[in-house]
Amino acid sequence: MKKIITAVIVTQFAFAATAQIAIKADLLYTVSGSPIREGVVLVKNGKIENVGASLSIPAGYRIIETKVCTPGLVDARSLVGISGSLNIPTDQDQLDKTSPIQPDLRAIDAYNPYEMLVKVIRDYGVTTIHTGHGVGALVSGQTMIAKTNTGTVEQVTIKPLSMLAMTIGSSVSGNFSSPGTKAKQIAMIRTELLKAQQYQKKQADKDSTKRGPKDLKMDVLSMLLSGDIKALITVNSSTDIMSAIRLAKEFNLRLVINGGAEAYRLIPEIKAAKAEIILHATMARNGGDMVNMTRESAAILTAAGIPVSIESGYEAYVPKTRVISFEAGQAMVHGLSFDDALKSITLHPARLLGIDGRAGSIDIGKDADLVLYNGDPFEYLTKVCGVMIDGVMVKEGCD
Amino acid sequence: MRKQLFLACLIWFCAPASAQEKPVAIKGATIYPIAGAPIANGILVVYKGKILSVGVAGSAIPADATVLDATGKVLMPGLVDSHSHLGGPEGGDASAALHPDARAMDAVNPTSDGFKKALAGGITSINVMPGSGHLMSGQTIYIKMREGHVIEDLLITNEKGLYGGLKMANGTNPMRAAAGVFPGTRAKSAAMVRELFTKAVEYKAKIDKAGKDVSKLPERDLRMEPLVEVLQGKRVVHFHTHKANDVLTAIRLGKEFGFKPVLHHVSEGWKVANEIAAAGLASSIITIDVPGGKLEAMGVSLTTGAALEKAGAAVGFHTDDGITDSRLFIRSAALMVREGMSREKALEALTMANAKMMDISTMVGSLEKGKDADFIILSGDPFSIYTKVEQTWVEGIKRWDISNPKDKAFLTGGYDVYSPIRGEFHHHEGDEH
Repeated sequence: MKKIITAVIVTQFAFAATAQIAIKADLLYTVSGSPIREGVVLVKNGKIENVGASLSIPAGYRIIETKVCTPGLVDARSLVGISGSLNIPTDQDQLDKTSPIQPDLRAIDAYNPYEMLVKVIRDYGVTTIHTGHGVGALVSGQTMIAKTNTGTVEQVTIKPLSMLAMTIGSSVSGNFSSPGTKAKQIAMIRTELLKAQQYQKKQADKDSTKRGPKDLKMDVLSMLLSGDIKALITVNSSTDIMSAIRLAKEFNLRLVINGGAEAYRLIPEIKAAKAEIILHATMARNGGDMVNMTRESAAILTAAGIPVSIESGYEAYVPKTRVISFEAGQAMVHGLSFDDALKSITLHPARLLGIDGRAGSIDIGKDADLVLYNGDPFEYLTKVCGVMIDGVMVKEGCD
Repeated sequence: MRKQLFLACLIWFCAPASAQEKPVAIKGATIYPIAGAPIANGILVVYKGKILSVGVAGSAIPADATVLDATGKVLMPGLVDSHSHLGGPEGGDASAALHPDARAMDAVNPTSDGFKKALAGGITSINVMPGSGHLMSGQTIYIKMREGHVIEDLLITNEKGLYGGLKMANGTNPMRAAAGVFPGTRAKSAAMVRELFTKAVEYKAKIDKAGKDVSKLPERDLRMEPLVEVLQGKRVVHFHTHKANDVLTAIRLGKEFGFKPVLHHVSEGWKVANEIAAAGLASSIITIDVPGGKLEAMGVSLTTGAALEKAGAAVGFHTDDGITDSRLFIRSAALMVREGMSREKALEALTMANAKMMDISTMVGSLEKGKDADFIILSGDPFSIYTKVEQTWVEGIKRWDISNPKDKAFLTGGYDVYSPIRGEFHHHEGDEH
């Protein structure tokens, strides 16, 4: 009897995990192609099985109807799950002030998939986040990529080490007694990267007795120097952006400019450096290093041929996180096309994060991450009425 | 020549800089007067800073009026922001927790760049207040977005003869961990406030007793005078409060001393909407995209607008600039409607409801004959993200126009558009990227 019951239970779970779903959308935005009217997405085993206009739906598929469907949103730089919603010292894990350069701090050792803000942005359709260590240290630590569903860190993480989070700017000197000036910030980074170069050389020695001791910090910096991971440098003023470009050139780093409030002034330099951009939230406050920001940045950079990803980014106070669909919407009404606005929170961040094989658009073989809306995804009055991650509905209903 | 000028001014952007000598008629727009039903294809006539008429298509236009064509646009009263920190309104300092005598009027920079944000957001009247780091941080100012280089140019004298209210706060902001002149607990906070108001009651009694006998009046006391105005019902207390129990404390204090505070933020207002309605109090609420970031405001919800409306309580919106940006004020209404508020009440919450909180509702807050000619032209539906504020008029003068590149720069931002030298920017440490 026990065996039969067990078999039934196992079958039930198996059924739920691999349930087939068909999404019928009045308007389907695949992002990789033109919008499809009467679009159908077939979901099987957590993947997109098929997508097209008025596809016939096989028997046994659960049908969910919606006005509008887009790919699950990808937040190019978030702090949720690490910088907690309570905003008290014990739930702020994005910045350790022991030292300004700590490349060995791993995001997976801190990320909390059950943090309230993860659910908040999930309910708004954000299905993948690039989260981790924060702003305000020369090297605050590592970042990671995760789906926003609940589970253990191991279950939800799709890339435990994505980039190294770095900052050049006035916030750094505010957090540490040294570096106290901009020149000191750069000198400290260069010194550390030089050390890492020497460490790399030693570690490559064929004679294992000559390699010297292993160093967790140096190992990660070596990955940066060899281009295995990108340098995610938060810089906003023109001077700081140029510092990042100069640093990247000297050490051959794969540079991602994060924030980039004044990037619109340095387009030729950014292009020459082949730097990528994760743009600050459109509605971010224009204080400090960001005083010269413009809401037209996304449009200006896009017109210049630079693909834009829009982040939610770090917020020290309220709102403790931003919502990328709101931010992309504001960029849209300041000159970005609807398509480019949608790309800035789907395919562009997916490509930048190296996960466009599985996320960022609705294409056969990609993860079944979808968002269902009852109207224009950017309109104020529109509600998210369904969210799917890896083929499982994690939100159903518009409230 | 006059005829040519008349024809030339049918072109949209040709509005005279000083519109006071001749009436200006704006026709063709959908008008939301707030005081009544929307008027499709309406006509608004303004003259010498006041509204002459609000009517349907075909209604009378003065012969000498400059006529502007607003076909396809939406016309609304200038927005009223009941809670802002633009211009640097510092109140009291760290020497005490209660500063009834400190005045924002003595601190605010009237030429601050920050006020350009208000104009770009369609805001024409603002309650500029000191912060919430005190139980009582000082006197606020009610200002119009007029052109001016001294603060007196901007002040609005309201129906009670005053140009501001009194800012109070409870909850965590006025409290300090270390014992000193600031309270360390909620009970201490309330006790300190009650002690001060008890003194004010005694002081007022002396004034009342003296009657017309000037020799019997008590010595002037700058701390007591604004509190007497509160007790007389002349000066409005604007009370910052977040948690449900703190909201109830604010209501209790008002009841004890006979004043009706306007409740501000009211993050957990949705929990005590019936109690707020029963007390007959108005709430000025903020729209924050997501909860979190402030422990006592964890319960903040975009459903508060709908909850207060359902309970029959008066509700208005505010920016709390720089917590949210004045340029995005109109967005508040849409998000609250998304979460259940009626469109009608949401538009009122941007305008008339706030004017009432400031005792300026006979002057602004709706498009009605005799009121100040404060109005905004929108490109479309006020609840759509695609809609832009195109023009902001204050007392019959166009103060902001999106088609003017210099003005538009204040909407978008850009290099050296906003400057720490020309403005005061409310900036939290660690705020920036």
